[in-house]
Amino acid sequence: MTHEPLLTITDFSVVYDVDPPVEAVRDVSLTVRRGEILGLAGESGCGKTTLAYGIQRLLQPPAVITSGSAVFHDASGEDVDLNTLDARQMRAFRWAKASMVFQGAMNALNPVLNIGRQLGDVFSTHRPQMSRAERTEESAGLLDLVGVGRDRLRSYPHELSGGMRQRVMIAMALALKPQLMIMDEPTTALDVLVQREILQQISELRHKLGFSVVFITHDLPLLLEISDRIAVMREGRIVELDTAENIYHHAQHEYTRRLLGSFPSLTGDRGAFVRGSDGTSEQGRVVTAGEAAR
Amino acid sequence: MTTLELKNVTKRYHVRGSGDILALDDVSFTLTSGRTLALVGQSGSGKSTIAKILTQLERATSGEILLDGAPVPRRGRALRRYRQQVRMVFQDPFASLNPYHTVRHHIERPLLLDHVVPREEVEAEVVRLLERVRLEPGSTIDRRPHELSGGQRQRVAIARALASRPGLLVADEPVSMLDVSIRLGVLNLLADLQRESNLGVLYITHDLATARHFSDEIMVLHHGTVVERGLADDVILDPQHPYTRALRDASPDPEKHFSGRGSAARTRS
Amino acid sequence: MRFFLRRGAFYLFTAWAAITINFFLPRMMKGDPVSAYLQKNQGKISPEAIDSLRVLFGLDSDAPLWRQYLDYWGLMFSGDLGRSFSKGLAPVADVIAGALPWTVGLVGIATILGFFLGTSLGALIGWRRGSRADVIVPIATFFSTVPYFWMGLIAIALLSSTLGWFPASHAYSKGARPGFTLEFIGDVVQHGALPALTIVLASLGGWVLGMRNMMITVLDEDYVTVAQAKGLSPRRVMVSYAARNAVLPQLSSFALSLGFIVGGTLVMELVFSYPGIGKLLLDATTAKDYPLIQGLFLVITLAVLVANILADVAYAALDPRTRQTEA
Repeated sequence: MTHEPLLTITDFSVVYDVDPPVEAVRDVSLTVRRGEILGLAGESGCGKTTLAYGIQRLLQPPAVITSGSAVFHDASGEDVDLNTLDARQMRAFRWAKASMVFQGAMNALNPVLNIGRQLGDVFSTHRPQMSRAERTEESAGLLDLVGVGRDRLRSYPHELSGGMRQRVMIAMALALKPQLMIMDEPTTALDVLVQREILQQISELRHKLGFSVVFITHDLPLLLEISDRIAVMREGRIVELDTAENIYHHAQHEYTRRLLGSFPSLTGDRGAFVRGSDGTSEQGRVVTAGEAAR
Repeated sequence: MTTLELKNVTKRYHVRGSGDILALDDVSFTLTSGRTLALVGQSGSGKSTIAKILTQLERATSGEILLDGAPVPRRGRALRRYRQQVRMVFQDPFASLNPYHTVRHHIERPLLLDHVVPREEVEAEVVRLLERVRLEPGSTIDRRPHELSGGQRQRVAIARALASRPGLLVADEPVSMLDVSIRLGVLNLLADLQRESNLGVLYITHDLATARHFSDEIMVLHHGTVVERGLADDVILDPQHPYTRALRDASPDPEKHFSGRGSAARTRS
Repeated sequence: MRFFLRRGAFYLFTAWAAITINFFLPRMMKGDPVSAYLQKNQGKISPEAIDSLRVLFGLDSDAPLWRQYLDYWGLMFSGDLGRSFSKGLAPVADVIAGALPWTVGLVGIATILGFFLGTSLGALIGWRRGSRADVIVPIATFFSTVPYFWMGLIAIALLSSTLGWFPASHAYSKGARPGFTLEFIGDVVQHGALPALTIVLASLGGWVLGMRNMMITVLDEDYVTVAQAKGLSPRRVMVSYAARNAVLPQLSSFALSLGFIVGGTLVMELVFSYPGIGKLLLDATTAKDYPLIQGLFLVITLAVLVANILADVAYAALDPRTRQTEA
């Protein structure tokens, strides 16, 4: 990992223009470095998804970006200010430079189109010069890459398991070899074993292809394991941004500590939480990830 | 002292087109007052089927369910008495509360139905129950579910479950739909209630970490069979079955991840 | 494949049940009016016609029931539905065949037009939710809620009597000679335009509203956001992702309305004196023309069935999930 920036977000704010207006993202400034996994942690409603959508200009009214800029530092050396792109240029930017992975086990895939078509239309949009056969071959290769297998090209989403669907989403996100992949709760709906496999896959692909990842989730223990740096968001602001290790051991902000304290440690000491095996316990408190580290 | 015993329970579902599915295969365990048993499994493991069978929403294909040694009645008043004794807390507190009714109504109803207290004491009992789940009665009693936060709703659901003074509580993923920062609060509440009333709790979850800290024993369910059971610490720290080990190793564990890289002291404000 | 076999078997069974009920109904109400009519018109009806009427209305009670049933099916397969009392003893099948094309042609085209127009409009309005296009919704709703006969009369008063753009009634001009001539077809189109317009207007609101609401629901689905994040053109997102899913529930209502094409256009045919099935049914009822009524019921039932088959096929073609869950 280098310290070379890939995406610089400055004073980014998003307001939901309802009555009364809701400030979903407030003055967020953040840099995503080339090749890193940046974790974005926070609870529901903290603005983490709105921020991600905002960067990609995917917000629908009543959400309005009220201030701020996002500059993408392309590998070619060119800096792209996403504010200055018109609708067509923005569409060309999306997926080619920065793709997204959503909670795929839910309904990120169109139920009435087969997998091949949904992979294919990325190519037909961004690489119109490709022939139909080339598109199919490319899509098949992607499915092989994520371990789904090319024989699934003609399958429909409902014929795949949750884990498979998420792999298809990842394959789709890889299609144009983007430099940034934004992942919004990509493994939340999955079983922990499948989650682990997918995470391993993402990590391998990242080593192979070198893209950066913004990983959005409420699951802080997970982020601590996979991220290089973690930004903790609360009520639209980034309250703390540091390396995963520093967040774990030396969290500065009270909210970060509280969030850390919400996750009991899996193998850590029982600490203050004493429960005898005879079924009686003296105290109702539990040792948590954060405390266990003390 | 209440004891619920499952003996060799099997549940088969018939699925059109793909034949029978064995959801539970010869499952036996005992739930007793004053103990918390965690039932850990991934989706499709059969843990929800157990919840449904325990609350008699579904019937076992074979096997026995005994409450204090007597078979669980199939219908009528006896079944209602059983349900008074074995109460359920569901995963989604929004779906399990009726949006048209106030908190008071939700808690009053089981009190009136089961004649737990004389009619004139119902109001006081509702207040007492709300206090037990650490809700401020004055500001919550006349609210409707949508005016409450997820955590508050789940507390109302717990108060409702406690209204008929059950001996056993079946909590099916009681915190997985809640925001992370309030999960421990609800689990701690369940633990406190369990001690105060000497409840027996079946904590159904997919989360190994909370299972370990909030239960005496853990039972791991995989494809409808119990693959491992034992004291909570033993199962998590020293799993015997390969499946349990795989689950444990796949669960995020920053403690282990950062161990050896120096754990500087951190103070809590 | 199994899906189609299963559905096919289901429809065959339904058709059989409908025809069998049609067989038993007159036998339960006893054929008195029919036998009275036969008595009164003795000598005017040919012996074969009497035979088939006796079978159709259960007057052949001297034969065993299974024999009657078999004879009845024989008549069905040869297309003999008896003779119409009120139409000068013309074969019922011919009478219906004379009216059916008018109804199916006019109402069918109008219904399909209304569906496509309304659904496309609804998709567009839903896609641009909150824009000025929303004004179409109350207007379309207005037209679908005003009583149809009132709208028909206003349309005649305005566009026909006052402005003289369209003829007010009938399927073609009095003196015109039916045939596949350009002149006659033009005449038919001119006569059909006004009733068709009123049907389209009346049905539009439902389609627009239904599609718009479904679009708004579907637009919140993740796969639509994914399609946008993929940088697809707005047109493709709207058509292949949003509308493609939103249209599915519309299909079931469309199937129902297709079934009503044959039977449910009485008011239109009255207002415009259009010689279709609805008017025929009314005439037959007033004249107590039982053979014709019975024949019409059968045709209407079968039409609903055919419409449902079409909808099923369309649904299976558009939604891969149906194919699986039924298999």
